[in-house]
Amino acid sequence: MENVIKVGMAELNVVSCPNALTTLGLGSCIGLCLYDSVAKIAGMIHIMLPYSTNGVGECNPAKYADTGIPLLINWMERKGAVKNRLTAKMAGGAQMFAFNSNNDIIQIGKKNIIATKEYLEKMNIRIVAEDTGGNCGRTIEFYSNDGSLLIKTIGQGTKTI
Amino acid sequence: MAIIINDLKDNELDILREIGNIGAGNAVTALAKLLNKRIEMSVPRIKILDFKEIPEILGDPEMLVTGILLSMNGDLTGNILFILRLEAAHALVNILMSKQDTNDGIQFDEIEVSALKETGNILAGSYLSALSTMLNLNITPSTPELCVDMAGAILSVPAIAFGSWGESVLYIENKFTDGNQNIGGEFFLIPDVQSYETLLKALGVTS
Repeated sequence: MENVIKVGMAELNVVSCPNALTTLGLGSCIGLCLYDSVAKIAGMIHIMLPYSTNGVGECNPAKYADTGIPLLINWMERKGAVKNRLTAKMAGGAQMFAFNSNNDIIQIGKKNIIATKEYLEKMNIRIVAEDTGGNCGRTIEFYSNDGSLLIKTIGQGTKTI
Repeated sequence: MAIIINDLKDNELDILREIGNIGAGNAVTALAKLLNKRIEMSVPRIKILDFKEIPEILGDPEMLVTGILLSMNGDLTGNILFILRLEAAHALVNILMSKQDTNDGIQFDEIEVSALKETGNILAGSYLSALSTMLNLNITPSTPELCVDMAGAILSVPAIAFGSWGESVLYIENKFTDGNQNIGGEFFLIPDVQSYETLLKALGVTS
């Protein structure tokens, strides 16, 4: 029987077949999922903010796209994944409240999407599917047996990418 | 220099709790007047949470809720988040509009949305006016915005700003109910990290 491991806000985790990863109630954060289809190893990170350079004080690397993504790759490699086989799927980056504002926090979903994509490109990891932006919350489940990503929303039903 | 949330002392937390008490007391009185109903409020709780705990403050992160969010501007900055279960939001709209609607879905029509936003406006306005008077600070709420979705996705919105400052968030939480549990909800005041110093100074507590 497979285990479904929960990945909380600003956390990451890696599983191998047949286990799965999930994040519940994703808003403007990004659920980034990396997959090695040969080793059947799946990794997920729940990114809150784009860049660690804007932060002060102690830092949990999983919070940011720029520090979290390399850490996730590192964890996956330690489990036996190979970096140049990794592909990415991503979900989230919504704007939950329709404030008509340039306020950084209201726009954070969009910034998270951009930063995550920039960093993946830098690491030469291809995005094979995504469900990002919009204005709805998402629950995601990522399966290590086939790398499929299940996305549940309240208003727009359920789909697999 | 911003104050680190985890370093706040017990007496400082007590004072923040008292702010919740006075602000929410005023807000609940306003709500009771608006609905012409008796509304009870619990003792405020100060919640210092790790990010991963945020989506679960109310339990199930996938629970369907109505969130009304306002930002605070002026001498104090931060957010006010008012959460109602979906059924409570429908019950509230029915009372405000004197109707017996059986709609229990996630869609609210335009008039219902403005009734809910206006409720948020009145609550936040009275909460902040109590704070302004007590602290002798200038604090104004923004216009409210509404979102009906998963609790986790809504609760995480005001937490994001804290990500740049540390590993935890402080939510001042007040629960309220009309006694029959028809109109239960939560009211959260989430001051920005930069505002703690102003807040504690205005209250005569030096860190």
